[in-house]
Amino acid sequence: MSQLDLSELQSTEFPVPDELQGNLAITSISKLYNWSRRSSMWPLLFGLACCAIEMIGTAASRFDLSRFGMEVMRGSPRQSDLMIISGTVTKKMVVPIVRLYNQMPEPKYVMAMGACASGGGPFKEGYNVVSGIDKYLPVDVYVPGCPPTPQALLYGLIALQKKIDGQSLANMDDVPWYGVGPAEPTPIPVLGPDIIDPRQMDLIRRQAQMAVQGKQFAVGELPALPEKKAEPKKVEAKATAAPEVAADMDPVKAERMKKREEALARKRAREAAAEKGE
Amino acid sequence: MAIAVPQTTELDISQTIDWLKQKYPDAVHDDTRQGFGGVVVDKSMLVEVAQAIRDDLGFDYLSSATAVDYLGISDHMEMVYHAYRTTGGPALVFKAQTDREKAEIPSLVDVWLGADFQEREAYDLYGIQFSGHPNLKRILLWDGFNGYPMRKDWQEAYFEQEHKPFDSRWPGGWVHRAEEKNVYGKNVRYPDDIDLARLSDTSEATLYSGLGLGVDVQELESDGLQTDRLVVNLGPHHPSTHGVFRMIVSLNGETIETLEPVMGYLHRNHEKIGERNSFLHNIPFTDRLDYLSSMGNNFGYVLAVEQLLAQGARYQPPTYRAEVIRVLMAELTRIVNHLWSLGFLLNDLGAFFTPMLYANNEREKILDFFEATAGSRLMCNYMRFGGVFADLPERIHSVANLVNDKVRDYNTMEYLAQMITERLPRFLEEYGRLLVGNEILRERTINVGVLPHDLAIALSTCGPLLRGSGVAYDVRRADPYSIYPELDFDIPVGVNGDIYDRFMVRFQEIHESLRILKQLLPRLEQTKGEEVVTKVGHTPRVPVGEAYGRVENPKGELGFYVVSEGDEKGPQNPWRYHVRAPSFINLTALGPMCRGYKVADVVTVLGSIDIVLGETDR
Ligand code: SF4
Repeated sequence: MSQLDLSELQSTEFPVPDELQGNLAITSISKLYNWSRRSSMWPLLFGLACCAIEMIGTAASRFDLSRFGMEVMRGSPRQSDLMIISGTVTKKMVVPIVRLYNQMPEPKYVMAMGACASGGGPFKEGYNVVSGIDKYLPVDVYVPGCPPTPQALLYGLIALQKKIDGQSLANMDDVPWYGVGPAEPTPIPVLGPDIIDPRQMDLIRRQAQMAVQGKQFAVGELPALPEKKAEPKKVEAKATAAPEVAADMDPVKAERMKKREEALARKRAREAAAEKGE
Repeated sequence: MAIAVPQTTELDISQTIDWLKQKYPDAVHDDTRQGFGGVVVDKSMLVEVAQAIRDDLGFDYLSSATAVDYLGISDHMEMVYHAYRTTGGPALVFKAQTDREKAEIPSLVDVWLGADFQEREAYDLYGIQFSGHPNLKRILLWDGFNGYPMRKDWQEAYFEQEHKPFDSRWPGGWVHRAEEKNVYGKNVRYPDDIDLARLSDTSEATLYSGLGLGVDVQELESDGLQTDRLVVNLGPHHPSTHGVFRMIVSLNGETIETLEPVMGYLHRNHEKIGERNSFLHNIPFTDRLDYLSSMGNNFGYVLAVEQLLAQGARYQPPTYRAEVIRVLMAELTRIVNHLWSLGFLLNDLGAFFTPMLYANNEREKILDFFEATAGSRLMCNYMRFGGVFADLPERIHSVANLVNDKVRDYNTMEYLAQMITERLPRFLEEYGRLLVGNEILRERTINVGVLPHDLAIALSTCGPLLRGSGVAYDVRRADPYSIYPELDFDIPVGVNGDIYDRFMVRFQEIHESLRILKQLLPRLEQTKGEEVVTKVGHTPRVPVGEAYGRVENPKGELGFYVVSEGDEKGPQNPWRYHVRAPSFINLTALGPMCRGYKVADVVTVLGSIDIVLGETDR
């Protein structure tokens, strides 16, 4: 899997003298560095929720993570390169997670395993749930699934290896950690009345001021939602009972509108039937 | 008074209730609401009545204690208690009511120690003050959290509508991300009067001060030796806490003086979400409670709802085949869970990975069967009201798991028979030979983490933990459900109540499960072709009432307390959906079990309880 391909190494723009062929390989530092890094990714031994069971399953007998040089799961963040967020991140837990992330030495990667870590998953609206770890940490690879099968996780890990292969030491956007000095640590969230991201302090303060002035708080300041645009349509449809489709409407959208109207009509009919007592 | 009355500890439930009403005519009344049962106890007399229930009537085991908020119905809050006798039989349900504004109910910790965590949970989520509780503070959320989230008038940041399905999604058809509606782009909401200047995280400080440990290092004088008292924090990120569990231990030298479990790191609001969901919606959520035994969780939940459905008109109970398949799945799940927990217990003892990898090999074979039947390895979402989701497949055919580049394909019944009669017994024999008499295992586990049987009952522990302490209490026998009465199996029990006994109980339980499974094979053959789900399956109409369904899950007694307030045409959402989680309540025993042992034993004791955090924190 992670064999260094010698023929690839020699095909560079610098010709290798004949007598040195087979003894000498020329490559770029990036390539060599990436190869060694991606072949010994050590994940943090760190399970959060149900997805962790599949992660352990991936590491265990049948699927065997060590085929990818990743079997050395470290208990300490100081020794690990990869943080697999394997499960639901709660507000209470995100504090230690960010702390652990800060303790990992660079280069470091984060993988969001499963629906919960990627975006909240089935528990998204829970009052103690962080809807996706990417609200706090930069994520390199998302693995969908609830839980992702071990095969999916392996695929994600291979995707991460590919990503590393493509990174260049020269490009600071790609790999911030080869710049000057260590990066700024991620600010650690605070558990107040609700979880507080220090990066949003300003916004919270402004909102609090608005609340004092009696203006709508938090939920009021919204970008226009498709739902809102649909409101008048709904009433109109009720009155005329036939969906109005504007002539200039895009056909896909029109089709969707029509389906929606039909579904609404069905629901109303059902409700009416239920009210009548049947 | 010398007439031969039956022993009060042998009265059946209706006699018990009569006895109680006679003895406390002013304080005990029938719960007369439609669909509800048990008695309502005046809260000023609660402790006294509870004492009588325990001592005179013999209900020595408090299974579940939980709160319900009846806002909008009768505008009060209520604690619901389910007490059982460890000799078997149905529950005595009693309730205490309080008003919502100044919610206060006397604590029952003095009567049943097992009420400790459950009352703390009710305080945390409902804001009920339990007078007399020795350590009343938040348990799942952090100190300083805004409000009591399980109250019916508390809304989460992403709140959209009272019940699912949300109109915007269905039939609205609009897709939006909840983040777009929130200015912070996150699942947060702050109170209007938030004071950012004085914001600091106090939860850690309260945690430690709550232990009465203001100082980190103290000099202690013991046996002429000078030692330090040291406070050590384990977790929530720790390889041996089986998830995101945390313990704060104070040590005298190497000996444990106090241990305080800290949880809630995986509190994902199962119950709040469950009350927004429809009844059917909740089945896949139960998978994610004890994520090692999802089938067992399904089983408990469908049993609870079926109890309610049975009150309605159009209910048909599951067919015999459906029951057989349910038990088949439940017992396979038990094997899966015990293999896992034995493997990890040995891991905690320092036998790194080898026993666990061997056990996992067998577990994967069972998961293959689950995957072929239910469609998923782990989160099976398999049982339905009135049966199961699908019949067993003809063949197990899996393209995803290639072995030597070959697709595996087996006849299901042959696969099952081979697994039950050959593979697993062979494996157990080998595993037993290597481990049961193992010197190191015995040294590390015998007489360590002892839980005496009376304490085990008082602490409401359940499952292998309770049975390891010599109490032969298994819901499958004590309060049978499904087809267990006709099956032949034994309840393994321990003698000393130490870690070794728990290990052996689990080990024997795998054997007993295999015994059950062997009896199921001919039943499966006989019932071939029968329906596996009756009509209620997909459109349940749940009548008003309450129900408590419980099963013997691998980790212990898993109960679901469900209250329905929708009538046949009303909203089909549980008004209250409570999970009596064995892992959570078993942890009550962790502190007492660890006291006096060495710090290295803590992880083994924890491993021997066999917790899973999805269920502990919910
Ligand atoms: S994505 Fe699914 S399986 Fe994974 S942690 Fe979330 S709920 Fe559990």
